[in-house]
Amino acid sequence: MRIATPYRPRPAGAADGLAGRLECCRWLLTDPATWRDLLWSLINVPAGVVLGLMPMAQAEVASSLLAPTRGEMAARVGQLTVSRTRAVDASAAELRRIERDLHDGPQARLVALGLNIGFAEQVLRDNPDLALSLLAEARASSGQALAELRTLVRGIHPPVLAERGLDGAVRALALSLPLPVDLRIDLAGRASAPVESAAYFAIAEALANVVKHSGATRAWVQLDHAAGRLVAIVGDNGTGGAAPRSGGGLRGVERRLAAFDGVVAVTSPAGGPTLVTMELPCELSSART
Amino acid sequence: MRVVLGEDLTLLRDGLIRLLTAYDMDVVAAVDNGPELARALVEHRPDVAVVDVRLPPTFTDEGLKAAIQARAEVPGLPVLVLSQHVEPLYARELLSSAGGGLGYLLKDRVSDVRRFIEAARTVAGGGTAMDPDVVSALMARHARDEPLSCLTPREREVLALMAEGHANAGIAARLVVTEKAVSKHINNIFTKLNLYPDDDGNRRVLAVLAYLNA
Repeated sequence: MRIATPYRPRPAGAADGLAGRLECCRWLLTDPATWRDLLWSLINVPAGVVLGLMPMAQAEVASSLLAPTRGEMAARVGQLTVSRTRAVDASAAELRRIERDLHDGPQARLVALGLNIGFAEQVLRDNPDLALSLLAEARASSGQALAELRTLVRGIHPPVLAERGLDGAVRALALSLPLPVDLRIDLAGRASAPVESAAYFAIAEALANVVKHSGATRAWVQLDHAAGRLVAIVGDNGTGGAAPRSGGGLRGVERRLAAFDGVVAVTSPAGGPTLVTMELPCELSSART
Repeated sequence: MRVVLGEDLTLLRDGLIRLLTAYDMDVVAAVDNGPELARALVEHRPDVAVVDVRLPPTFTDEGLKAAIQARAEVPGLPVLVLSQHVEPLYARELLSSAGGGLGYLLKDRVSDVRRFIEAARTVAGGGTAMDPDVVSALMARHARDEPLSCLTPREREVLALMAEGHANAGIAARLVVTEKAVSKHINNIFTKLNLYPDDDGNRRVLAVLAYLNA
């Protein structure tokens, strides 16, 4: 089968010269196919450009709708840098404090202990009374060294936290305070050790503030885990007016929790009550039985 | 006197065996982990069990749990618990486990050999030996409470020594006063705290501890 050419046949035997050219123009302008070609050009070029750009536009739209904005990313990086620097600074300061405490406390006591025992050894035969008193002194030294080590250990990682987790450690903490503390603890498992430790010291700080500043006669602690967040609320019936001061304990808590993307909020109207709410994103592992 | 010992640190276990043996005690079993301790306590039914709180395999409160469990299986089993740190929380759990001699002391106390042996004998005899640190923590907790704040400083001292498990004679010796003076203080304390005086020494100790632990 044949497909006919869409154009009208060229005028046959067109003369040369001006008349011939005019004849040719007339043929072109009167052929509807010419106009159709022009229309095609007009539509095709912009359509081609638009279709060509489409994938890029689509990528742009998708990223602007789905990804965090540049501003948000920058803010997050800034926040992580600050919280990391603070966490590193705080732990370095903590290590320096521990080194100093060990040096001035138990290490010095153990030196004295060795000295007393060595001296007692020397004088045991000639002066048993002196030897006895030196040994008694040595025993006292060992007792003091142990007491200092216990205090230090409690400040690093309380043994009851290692033994019983956050639940038991908060119960033990409540028992050690000079006011009744109502507890509502609902944890189906244990958080990771660093999170448990951060949460424990945050709660301990909040409760210490209750004892020191609030004038409260009752306090309470609510501790639970929901939607991937550990939430601790410490409240009291005291006089209120609490605010995190720079260099204060609550600022320290803020720093400590920030390292885990945790946050602290304090509401404490004058006249009370004070509520300290702490949130830490974390997962719980199933409880050890 | 037959003793079962649960302590995982070899140095300390050997030291305790030597010490207890020197004071005519017979260490019938010395184990270094929780499950074996639980078995040994039920099997040997010793006159007193000397138990470290933290033991393998979990290195948490394995020893404490074994002791409490054994007291449930062998009612009245005397247990002396030792630990690097003392917690009123653990004291409360021990005290709520069925009767029989009970002790809860810091490990450091073994360096005062005479008192440590005295504590082991007290516990074996059905008495109580509570660490001064536990008692002072309990007292501090009640420091603001009405009846306790009404006690004189001397009465508070007597109360603390009573809670540690000392009898009148022991309290008198420590405070360098006569036993008669001690009884007078104790009567005042019981009146102020609204407790009934009890002639049985250990029931009195337990009443005081229950009061402080409330």
